[in-house]
Amino acid sequence: MSEIRLENLHKAFDDFVAVRDANLTIAEGQFFVLLGPSGCGKTTTLRMIAGLEIPTSGRILLAGEDVTNRRAAARDIAFVFQLFALYPHMNVRRNLAFPLISQGVPRAEIRTRVAEVARLLRIEHLLALPVRGLTGGDRQRVALGRAIIRRPKAFLMDEPLGALDAEFRELMCEELRLLHDRVGATTVYVTHDQVEAMAMADVIAVMNQGEVLQAGPPSEVYNRPATLFVADFIGSPAMNLLPAMGPLAPGADHARVSGAEIAIPRLRDGLAHEEAVLGARPEHITLSDNGLLRGHVFGVEYTGVRQIVVVDTPAGRVRVRSPNTVRVSAGETVGLEFSKDALMLFDRRSERALRSEQVQGAGNG
Amino acid sequence: MSGPSTRSVLEPSPWSQRLAALLVIVYALITMIPLVWIVLTGLKTPPDAIAYPPKVFFEPSLEGYVNLFTARSRQAPEYMASLPPPTSWYDELVRKRNMVITGPSRFAERYLNSVIIGFGSTFLAVFLGTIAAYGFSRFKVPLKDDLLFFILSTRMMPPIAVAVPIFLMYRVLGLSDTHLGMILLYTMVNVSLAVWLLKGFIDEIPMEYEEAALVDGYSRMQAFWKVVLPQAKTGIAATAIFCLIFAWNEYAFALLLTSGEAQTAPPFIPIIIGEGGLDWPAVGAGTTLFLLPIVFFTVLLRKHLLRGITFGAVRK
Ligand SMILES: Nc1ncnc2c1ncn2[C@@H]1O[C@H](COP(=O)(O)OP(=O)(O)O)[C@@H](O)[C@H]1O
Ligand SMILES: [Mg+2]
Repeated sequence: MSEIRLENLHKAFDDFVAVRDANLTIAEGQFFVLLGPSGCGKTTTLRMIAGLEIPTSGRILLAGEDVTNRRAAARDIAFVFQLFALYPHMNVRRNLAFPLISQGVPRAEIRTRVAEVARLLRIEHLLALPVRGLTGGDRQRVALGRAIIRRPKAFLMDEPLGALDAEFRELMCEELRLLHDRVGATTVYVTHDQVEAMAMADVIAVMNQGEVLQAGPPSEVYNRPATLFVADFIGSPAMNLLPAMGPLAPGADHARVSGAEIAIPRLRDGLAHEEAVLGARPEHITLSDNGLLRGHVFGVEYTGVRQIVVVDTPAGRVRVRSPNTVRVSAGETVGLEFSKDALMLFDRRSERALRSEQVQGAGNG
Repeated sequence: MSGPSTRSVLEPSPWSQRLAALLVIVYALITMIPLVWIVLTGLKTPPDAIAYPPKVFFEPSLEGYVNLFTARSRQAPEYMASLPPPTSWYDELVRKRNMVITGPSRFAERYLNSVIIGFGSTFLAVFLGTIAAYGFSRFKVPLKDDLLFFILSTRMMPPIAVAVPIFLMYRVLGLSDTHLGMILLYTMVNVSLAVWLLKGFIDEIPMEYEEAALVDGYSRMQAFWKVVLPQAKTGIAATAIFCLIFAWNEYAFALLLTSGEAQTAPPFIPIIIGEGGLDWPAVGAGTTLFLLPIVFFTVLLRKHLLRGITFGAVRK
């Protein structure tokens, strides 16, 4: 159980940069989620931490020790692979025992620890079975068992729920988090599913195209995205991003969105050019006759007690989360009112959020 | 138009299945006939073996096998009559032809040579092939594609095309007619096949298994032994059979490079001369015994072989 630190970590495959200059600190005992679309470099980052890939430059510190060039076997880190990689020629018991055998743990102790882990993960009845016939969920548990049995310094998990059915995934999500809270080990968890990330993480780091764009608690990443990409990637539906007119002076408290002056938190940064973007979460917009930005209803998606009203405005399509009690019908003209303090402004060119009285220097911007 | 059918569209029709089965049976029969004839010849007496028209039904005799394993000499009838009564069934069999056994023949020796050279070279080729294939499959090797092509290219002409240089080289190196020389030669021919076949099999084994072993605290070598090899078993078995078949059956080099010490069975069997020319029953018996190990291993490993030959769809 230890802190993991990545300093200017860089990985290039020939000309292609898979991870660009990543700086992250994963605190001891934290459940840290690396989130990003497929191909953004999550697995590569994880493999570098595990010692399966050697960084092009930069450093990896494990519990304060530089392990950048240490071989995987000597790092004392457990890795749960995307497709579990259970040894197909061994039964469940032997799979669980395998990491202990390499450490020369005495036989009697191996037996008790296998039993312990099997009890913890409720796979006692599977111990004698070959891994070939196991269901996805059971494989998952065995893979987790093989990781925790060694009591390693940290767990690395690469999309461990990706191979499971949707309904089962939710269950395992919970179980994983519970397990983490019980074992208390530093965990780096990779996923491309933002719902999973939001549900489990202490800290989320959002990656895109090899770059870590923002790292912070789920609420921060959700409410104060540091870049347009994060704003768009997180949340379902995503943040509404409407073109706004620049330039904006520091201290500005209004932004013009297709003719409507929308009140915003007072800006600290200015924007010298014209291309600004106003970001508003669907739940921070209400349908109101006083709304300055007007449009007509395109459609309604029901989601339980809430509904998503899709409104076509001159600034583009806007999604509004509103209670079911508000009745609207397609074609109807509505006004949109924005909750001022929750709004974000972005620079379209740099794609970064502008600081305001609500947004300190979010992320690593 | 056809009526409703319970058959899946992917399944061939019963008629095409029957036709396919018929073709396979006919093909099997055609290829089996020479083998059956060899086995039968081994059980005939010399007159039966050369009878015309050929005899399909005959009284089986072990004369061929006795002749195969013994050296005999013809004696005058007076001498034969002076001998004490035969002490064994094979003595009796030989005496019927006015001959006495003078000692064992060289067949057992030649057979043992075949075993040593065949299995030795197979082991070596598979061993080297596995290591090389693992390297090519898993590591960044400079000029990998060129090297692999080069290895394959050693198979592009029949090995016998280089017979003369090898003959001369072996004479200079003192490898002619030695077990080591023949083992090295067959290993050389087989190793390219082994590398290519095994690379295919090892490529099929996902890297994650070894990587899991690496993070579980094992060295690269241990991961190879404990995780890769057990999963490559099937491929290794299939490759070994192919190598063994080649080394076991090889005739031309054996004829050229061996004459005494290290002569294998293939050049020996056809020259078993008996009374009035070739001793066909002995040749049949020798060939039958020669075929047995290959048949045995092929049958033993047939499941692996089938999976091995149809590799590509192995797992995932
Ligand atoms: N061994 C490799 N050689 C070349 N390119 C690679 C290698 N591994 C990964 N990449 C590339 O690096 C990028 C990031 O890959 P990866 O870390 O697996 O992404 P993710 O796990 O986020 O989906 C991908 O575009 C991938 O094609
Ligand atoms: Mg990945």
